[in-house]
Amino acid sequence: MPLGDLLVEVEAVAKHFGEGPTRVDALRAVDLTVRAGEVIALLGPSGSGKTTLLNIIGCIFAPSSGKVALDGEVVFDGRWLRHDLRRLRLDKIGFIFQAHNLLPFLTAEENVAVVLDLAGWPADKARARARELLDYLEVGHRAPAKPALLSGGEAQRVAIARALANRPRIILADEPTAALDSKRAGLVMDLLRKLATEQEACIVTVTHDEKIFDRFDRLIHLRDGRLADA
Amino acid sequence: MNLALKDIRHGLFRFVLTCFGLGLLMTVVLAMIGIYNGLVADALAIVKAPAADVWVVEAGTQGPFAEASSIPPDTRDAVARMPGVAAAGAITYQTLEASHGGRTLRVYAIGYELGRPGGPEEIVEGRGIATSHFELVADRKTGLQPGDTIRLGRDRYTVVGLVEDATNTGGDPAVYVTLADALKVQTTLDPAAARVQAARGAEPVKRATVAAVIARMEPGADVGLLVATVRQWKHLAALTEAEQEELLLVSVVDKARRQIGLFLAILLSVSAVVIALIIYTMTMEKLKQIATLKLIGAPDRTIIGLIVQQALILGGSGWAIGLALILTVKEHFPRRVELEPFNALVLAGIIFAVCLAASGLGVRAALKVDPATALGS
Repeated sequence: MPLGDLLVEVEAVAKHFGEGPTRVDALRAVDLTVRAGEVIALLGPSGSGKTTLLNIIGCIFAPSSGKVALDGEVVFDGRWLRHDLRRLRLDKIGFIFQAHNLLPFLTAEENVAVVLDLAGWPADKARARARELLDYLEVGHRAPAKPALLSGGEAQRVAIARALANRPRIILADEPTAALDSKRAGLVMDLLRKLATEQEACIVTVTHDEKIFDRFDRLIHLRDGRLADA
Repeated sequence: MNLALKDIRHGLFRFVLTCFGLGLLMTVVLAMIGIYNGLVADALAIVKAPAADVWVVEAGTQGPFAEASSIPPDTRDAVARMPGVAAAGAITYQTLEASHGGRTLRVYAIGYELGRPGGPEEIVEGRGIATSHFELVADRKTGLQPGDTIRLGRDRYTVVGLVEDATNTGGDPAVYVTLADALKVQTTLDPAAARVQAARGAEPVKRATVAAVIARMEPGADVGLLVATVRQWKHLAALTEAEQEELLLVSVVDKARRQIGLFLAILLSVSAVVIALIIYTMTMEKLKQIATLKLIGAPDRTIIGLIVQQALILGGSGWAIGLALILTVKEHFPRRVELEPFNALVLAGIIFAVCLAASGLGVRAALKVDPATALGS
């Protein structure tokens, strides 16, 4: 598959927590690039820095040093160059969580539409887009249901619909298949790949799930905050 | 999409229960405000009822409410003859206990002269006293009805009319009788006591005195001149209506008023803390959801709106429930509960301010939440 635009560029990024004797170096001079259409996995033992890297790409943590560019825009270079990071996340990044994190007081449809509502879409268009995504992910019939009434697979597909609602080009997934059996995990990964291709997006996944390793274009191994190999 | 309302609807039962709990608290606050007002209103009602301009009482006393006052009944003639006086009437006040319908009835008996100042202001049921003896007009709170009879002293009286909101500062409902009857009740001794008095060679009745003489002035007449003149008589003192009201508030009901006022202040503080705690807890329970909202790009105003709107809906509902409850039950209180629209509005303002301040705590906590919390990192 031909590779598209460079969507994620992480250059010499380091991140440490604390100072002095309590200092922990979570990332040490990590370089990473991800292009449109790519589906990659960040692997490594606990404490290797994969979630920290995901949070830095998601503009949740500020790196201690280095440079980060998203969708061609340098957003961090020693300091944040954008002040409206939440707007940046809203427009460019979609998150899929291990525990789906759907808002319990909203229906499946509203959970998807809320992202578009925040992005300023008119209510009717937001609902139509949410419905379209839920239908596409084959959970349209569950649109009026609250998350508590959804099965694990249904909830995860609603969470994916939410991540994709505003057509972000960078999708970050933290253990998206941890709560699913191997069959459903495979289906979710196939779906993410399909969407990445259709939306010209990239998908960066943190996972320990060996069942799905074969679904990724690249496996990025981290150990003690460094890239082990790629 | 209104997230605050969606969240409320999601946990409606719990939210309604919380509002109801807060509403009960507001009922107590409003009841205390009403009792406080009622105390003042009761105290002033007894002074205002005769619509007197001047109260002539025993010298050296602040009677007849703040201190006991006892003056000869014929003082009324002297006062009535004073320049500028349109009408004057002698009046007595005494607390009596009577038995009615199998229960003890404590009443505040007001004796007045028919056709002179001091009688009931407005008869709401039945008629006023028309004969010189054995008729009375009672406050509705006595539970008496026109046609009922009741024994006061050694005689039986017939209730001929009812009035409302006539109570003394202790909350005892008033009954109006003629001055002649009141003096009879006041002076007649129990037969055994009368026999003892007779055996001692003393009068078998007590000396008749009135508590005060009240005077209404002609339009444009100088109240100050009458007061000054009466005071010159040395054996009498005079108070204007304003002085009498001030005296009641300062010396008679002041302690009770301050007691209730202080209790009210404590109650409002407790309410503020409870409201703050509820809103803060509600916010704390939503921290993960707030982190998720932040992560997916919700601006601060969305999160602030979620918390503040819920706080205001909670406070508003609590206030409305409290108001509805107190208006429903206030007539069942043994003492007057008087609630003015102004009081309800002031409480609404206080609750609004408390909710805003309380939601400030929640907002502060919510804005500090790291979006990464949603990722479980």
